[in-house]
Amino acid sequence: MASVTDNSKTMVEGPPRVGEWRRFRRVFFGRPVVMFGTVIILLFIICAIFAPLIAPHNPFTTDLSKNLQRPSSEHLLGTDQLGRDSLSRIIYGARTSLLIGFTVVAIASAAGMLLGTLAGFYGGWVYNVIMRLIDALMAFPMILLALVVAGALGEGMRNVLIALSIAMLPVYTRLMCGQVLSVKENDYILASRASGARDWRIMLRHIMPNCFPPLIVLITMMLGMVILTESVLSFMGIGIVPPTPAWGSMVNEGRLYLRSHPILSFAPGLVLMLAVFAFNMVGDGLRDALDPRLRGAL
Amino acid sequence: MITYIIRRLLLAVVILFLVTVMVFFGMRLLPGDPILLLVTSVEAEGLSIEAYEKLRKEHGLDRPMVVQYIDWLGGVVQGDLGNSILRRTPVIDEIMQRIPITLHLGATAYIIGLLVGIPAGTICAVRRGKLIDTIITVLANIGITVPVFWLGIMLIYLFSLELGWLPVQGYTSPFVDFWRSTKQIILPVFCMSVWGVASLTRQTRSSMLEVMNQDYIRTARAKGLTESMIIIKHAMKNGLIPILTLAGMGLAMIIAGSVIIEMVFNIPGIGRLLIGSIINKDYPYVEAIVLIIAATVLLINLLVDLAYGWLDPRIRYG
Repeated sequence: MASVTDNSKTMVEGPPRVGEWRRFRRVFFGRPVVMFGTVIILLFIICAIFAPLIAPHNPFTTDLSKNLQRPSSEHLLGTDQLGRDSLSRIIYGARTSLLIGFTVVAIASAAGMLLGTLAGFYGGWVYNVIMRLIDALMAFPMILLALVVAGALGEGMRNVLIALSIAMLPVYTRLMCGQVLSVKENDYILASRASGARDWRIMLRHIMPNCFPPLIVLITMMLGMVILTESVLSFMGIGIVPPTPAWGSMVNEGRLYLRSHPILSFAPGLVLMLAVFAFNMVGDGLRDALDPRLRGAL
Repeated sequence: MITYIIRRLLLAVVILFLVTVMVFFGMRLLPGDPILLLVTSVEAEGLSIEAYEKLRKEHGLDRPMVVQYIDWLGGVVQGDLGNSILRRTPVIDEIMQRIPITLHLGATAYIIGLLVGIPAGTICAVRRGKLIDTIITVLANIGITVPVFWLGIMLIYLFSLELGWLPVQGYTSPFVDFWRSTKQIILPVFCMSVWGVASLTRQTRSSMLEVMNQDYIRTARAKGLTESMIIIKHAMKNGLIPILTLAGMGLAMIIAGSVIIEMVFNIPGIGRLLIGSIINKDYPYVEAIVLIIAATVLLINLLVDLAYGWLDPRIRYG
């Protein structure tokens, strides 16, 4: 109860920005699991950027005389059926996953922002055309949409990016559209219009910035989702295919040697889970810290 | 209310129409030729251009795409979903054979999700901050994260290969051999229900927590109701309304999950048929299955929306 009074005080007395920032820090860094997630994400980013320096071996070098070795000091997680070092492939896999994750989220959120803002701002037939198409896309479960598009396009990095971006587009468009619909009712939009601002200026300067907090939360949450979906595609052989290291396809390759070498499937899947978990936790933390409805409760 | 239902139904029809357009043209405009795949699977080589053209004509693929679409849509309206290009049989036959298999697994997983997720989330909300809350919340957070294909493989390794308790894969109808069927579906159903249980637990927990702070709960406490009475009669009734959305979403997730699970456990359901047909470019199968799934999802969403109004009198339909 004490926190409620504290917060209402800051809202009334202090300048709102300072209060918001302080509350953000307190809520976001206050939960150990969110801190844990942040550290994990930073580690993955470091692994992805400095993969050649961190990985003990070249992830592409095959050596059939050393295939299917058990974990040893030389190969900490053993080697796969072609004698490639499993640990090195997992480290390079972070590159693949993060690259796809960030690219897809960038494409989908930019396109979603554009479509959602147009639909919400203009309403009428623009709204109807855009949102009905999004509804049609939403009639497919997200993973299924990605599977169908990727399956039809065929494997490879470019096709995976297209498939995942299409699959993620509806969520962003919906969110943006809803945000714009509520933001555009504000008096400052009316004021800006009265002072003669053009549509695009109102959209860019006044509407979009006010839609950012929920968008940032969604982006973080979706990063985990994109990485997970990419691994499903790769697992099924219609995503990233070997020799490019990807966690999903590594799990699938290891399946053939499950009885004798379970670690080949186990390790990449565990790393994948850790990455998705980290993004979900940070997303949760951001939501708690940025959602104005939780103000006072947290 | 009636006008609202009619409007929603009309909207659903419009969306379904857009779905058919997207699926039909999407599949056919993409690279890949089903006739070439058909030929390589029948007779390896030596296909003359005439024979190729004849096959295309036979399957009606030589006509302009819009004509093909109208022809197909006309069939769909009359309940004819077309013939397979590879097998030449009506697609509906095989789909009907496979739907019960997916439904058997999916419905079981769905019910488990509801039976475990809602009580687990309620316990968390009631015992907020206690040890049991922490344990269940952590498990739920892991549950929405875990890659199901990987979980399936690890469970096969543990229970089938190492311990030898359960069969590795396959499917038997429960009407043929109930015991064998049950042993075979334990692992796939578990994998399919994990996401549902976890997300339902999280959603139930947060919406119950929200409700437990409301004034009418304090009133109920003040008039001396027992805690269990308050939770069941007052808190759950309102707290579970947001769960409805998730119940609809859960069905979509089960459908999507069945595609993955059927691949991992080698179950001849609708999901594996879909993936196989996409890879073989057997358009009629893909179109039919995707249409059925989309129609189901739209119907569920419609029912969820209507149920909202029935459960929560504050919602009025304009």
